[in-house]
Amino acid sequence: MADEAGRRPLLQIVGLHKRFGLLEVLRGVSLAVQAGETLSIIGPSGSGKTTLLRCINWLERPTDGEILINGQLIGEKQTGGRRVEMRDVDLARMRARIGMVFQRFYLFPHLTALDNVAIGPIKVLRQQATAARRDALALLEKVGLAHKRDIYPEMLSGGQQQRVAIARALAMQPALMLFDEATSALDPELVGEVLTVIRQLAAEGMTMLIVTHEMQFAEDISDRVIFMDHGQIVEEGPPHRIFRSPEQARTRAFLRAVIDRQVYPVDAV
Amino acid sequence: MSWDDLREWLPQLLAAAGGTLKMTALAYVIAVVVGLLLALARRSRRRGVAVAAGWYVDLMRGTPALTQLFLIYFGLASAGIVLSAFVAAVIGLGLNYAAYMSEVYRAGIAAVHRGQREAALAIGMTNALAMRSVILPQALRIIVPPMANYAVSLLKDTSVASLISAPELMLRARDLSSEYFMPMELYLVVGAMYLVMAYPLGKCAQYLEVRMGKGRVAS
Amino acid sequence: MNLGPWERFAAQFPYLMETLLLGVEMTIIVTFGGFVVATATGMLGALLRTSRLMVLRVIGTLYVDVFRAVPVLTQLFIIYFGLAEIGLKLDPIPAAIIGFGIHGGAYLTEVFRAGIEAVHRGQNEAALAIGMTPAQALRIIVLPQAMRVVLPPLGNYAIGLLKDTSVASSVAAPELSFRAHMLVDQTYLSTQIYLTVAALYLAMSLPLSRLVHSLERRMARGRVA
Repeated sequence: MADEAGRRPLLQIVGLHKRFGLLEVLRGVSLAVQAGETLSIIGPSGSGKTTLLRCINWLERPTDGEILINGQLIGEKQTGGRRVEMRDVDLARMRARIGMVFQRFYLFPHLTALDNVAIGPIKVLRQQATAARRDALALLEKVGLAHKRDIYPEMLSGGQQQRVAIARALAMQPALMLFDEATSALDPELVGEVLTVIRQLAAEGMTMLIVTHEMQFAEDISDRVIFMDHGQIVEEGPPHRIFRSPEQARTRAFLRAVIDRQVYPVDAV
Repeated sequence: MSWDDLREWLPQLLAAAGGTLKMTALAYVIAVVVGLLLALARRSRRRGVAVAAGWYVDLMRGTPALTQLFLIYFGLASAGIVLSAFVAAVIGLGLNYAAYMSEVYRAGIAAVHRGQREAALAIGMTNALAMRSVILPQALRIIVPPMANYAVSLLKDTSVASLISAPELMLRARDLSSEYFMPMELYLVVGAMYLVMAYPLGKCAQYLEVRMGKGRVAS
Repeated sequence: MNLGPWERFAAQFPYLMETLLLGVEMTIIVTFGGFVVATATGMLGALLRTSRLMVLRVIGTLYVDVFRAVPVLTQLFIIYFGLAEIGLKLDPIPAAIIGFGIHGGAYLTEVFRAGIEAVHRGQNEAALAIGMTPAQALRIIVLPQAMRVVLPPLGNYAIGLLKDTSVASSVAAPELSFRAHMLVDQTYLSTQIYLTVAALYLAMSLPLSRLVHSLERRMARGRVA
C-alpha cells in the first residue's frame, strides 16, 4: 500500500478486529501511516480509539488482523506457514521502537524525573548509566524540565508529569509515537504546556498517532484526521475537510455535540 | 497402616472434632459480645474506662493465647477457682479474640465518615435512624469480612487448647498417637479434618469480602 | 516457716529469670528463623500465584488454601512426630522453624500477592511500553513499589509469629513457654511464672508493634502509584 511516491508506509494496519468477551470493540480497522505524518484520531468514547492504539504496541492482543511497522509484523512471527505470538524478548524489542504516552502518565513514583527518563536506555538498551543520564537530561531540557531532574513525580504537577512521560518515551528513540488522550486527565491550565511539546515533536518530523479531544489542536497540527465510531473508521481526510465540511452524517453529529461549531455539508459551499 | 486401626480411631477423632466446633462457637460468641463492649468502652467519655480498655486490648494482643490459657486454667486454680479445661479454653480464647474484634468494630465505626451522619441528620433523620439506615450498614460492610476471617482463625486456635488438655481434636489425636504409634497417619487425617472444617468457612469469608467490597463506603 | 508463693517467687527470682531469659533467646531465634523461611516461601508462593501458567497458579492456590486451613500446631506435629515415624527425625528447633516457615509462607503469599496487585496496572504497562520484558517490569518497577505496601502486614505477621512460637513448646523446643512449663512443674508457682512470661512477651511484642504502627503511618503518605 505505497503512496504516490512509492514509499512503504511506516505503520500499516490491516483488518484489525478486537473483541473483549462478547463486546466487539474494533470491527475491521485498516490504516496506513507514512513516516513523518501526524495523524489525529477523534471520536466518541467507546469508539475503539484507545484500543486501536493499545493494539499497535501489543498491550492488547488483536482478535484478528495484522499490524506492520516498516513491513515487519508486530506481535506475531511467521514461522513456517503459521502465525505464532512473539516471545517476550521480541515483543519488548518491538515496543522499544514505539513510544507511548498514557492518559494517566504512569511515571514510576520511586524514581526521580531524570531516572524515569533514563531507566529505559539503561535497563533496556543497556547503555552506560552516565551517558544515559546525560542524554536524559538533554531530553528533560527539551521538554522544559531540566530543573526538575531530581524531583519525584508526586511533587510534579500533572502537566509536568506528562512532559516527563513524553521525555521517557522519547528516550528510547522510537520510530513512532502514540499519544492516548495525553491531555484528558489534566487541569485545563496545564494542557497548553503539553500540547506545546507535542507540537514541537510534530514540527521535527516525528511520526505520531494522537488520540485526542482537543479539536482545535488536532486541526492545527495534523496532516490527517480520522473519525472513528463503533470500532470502525467512519471518515478520514485532511483536517480542514473533516472539521469544516465532513461528508458523513455521523461525523457531523459528533462534531456538533463536541464543539459548538456549525459544520456545513459539502454541497453548501 | 492397617485399616482396622483407622476404623477404630477415626470415629473418636470425629467425635473430638465436634468438641472443636463447640469450643469455637462458644468462644466466638463471647468474643463478639465482649469485643463490642470493649469497642464502646474505648469510645467512652470517661477517660479511665477508655484507657483501661485500651490496656486490656494491648495486653491481649501482645501476649500469646497459650500463656493466657495457662494463666486462666492453672493460675486461677491455684487461687482457688477451679475451671474445667474446656471452660477455661472457651473463656480464654473468647477474651483473647474479643481484643481483636474490638479493633475491628472500631475500624468499622471510624471508617464511616462523619459527614455521613451529618448528611443523614440534615435530611431530617433522628440519630437512631441515621445509625440504623446509614452508618451501621456501611460499618457492617467493613466489619463482617474480618469477623468471618477471625472465625476461621479461632477454629484453628482451638488446637492450642489441647496444651491445657481441653477436649478437642488435637488432644484426642495426641492421646491416640500414644496408643497406636502412628503419628503421621493420625495427624494427616487430623489435618484433613481441619481442612474440611476451615476451608468452607474460609471460602465464605472470601465471598463476604468480595460482596461487601462491592458496596461503596464513603470515607 | 511456710513461705507463701509470692515469697518463694521473690526468693527464687534470679534463677527463674535466668532460665526464662534462655527461653527468650530461643524464642527470638525461632521467630527470626521462621520469619526468614516464611518470607522466602511466601515470595515463591506469590510468584506462583501471579504466574501466567495456569499449572503454577493452581499449585500456588493449593498451597495457600491447604496450609492456611490447618492449625500450625498440627503442622508442627506432622513435621516433628510424623516425619520421625517414617525415619526423618528432626530436632525441635529446626522442626519448629520449618513448620512456622511453611505455614507462614502460605499467609505471606497472599500478603505479597496483594502487594504486587496493589501496584497499579498502568505501572506495568508503562514499563512494557518502553520495551521492558515482563520480568524486567516486575523486577525494576513493580516489586520495588510492592515492597512498601507489604511492609506493615509483614511487620504484623512478625508479631503474630512471635506469639505463635509459644506453641513450639509442645514439640519440646526450649523456647520461653517451654521453659515456663518446666519451671512451673518444678516450683508450682504457676500464676507468678506465667505473669512473668506474659510480661516478657509484652516486652518483645510492644516495641515491634510500635515499629509497625509508625511504618503504617509512613505508608499512608507513601510513594506508590
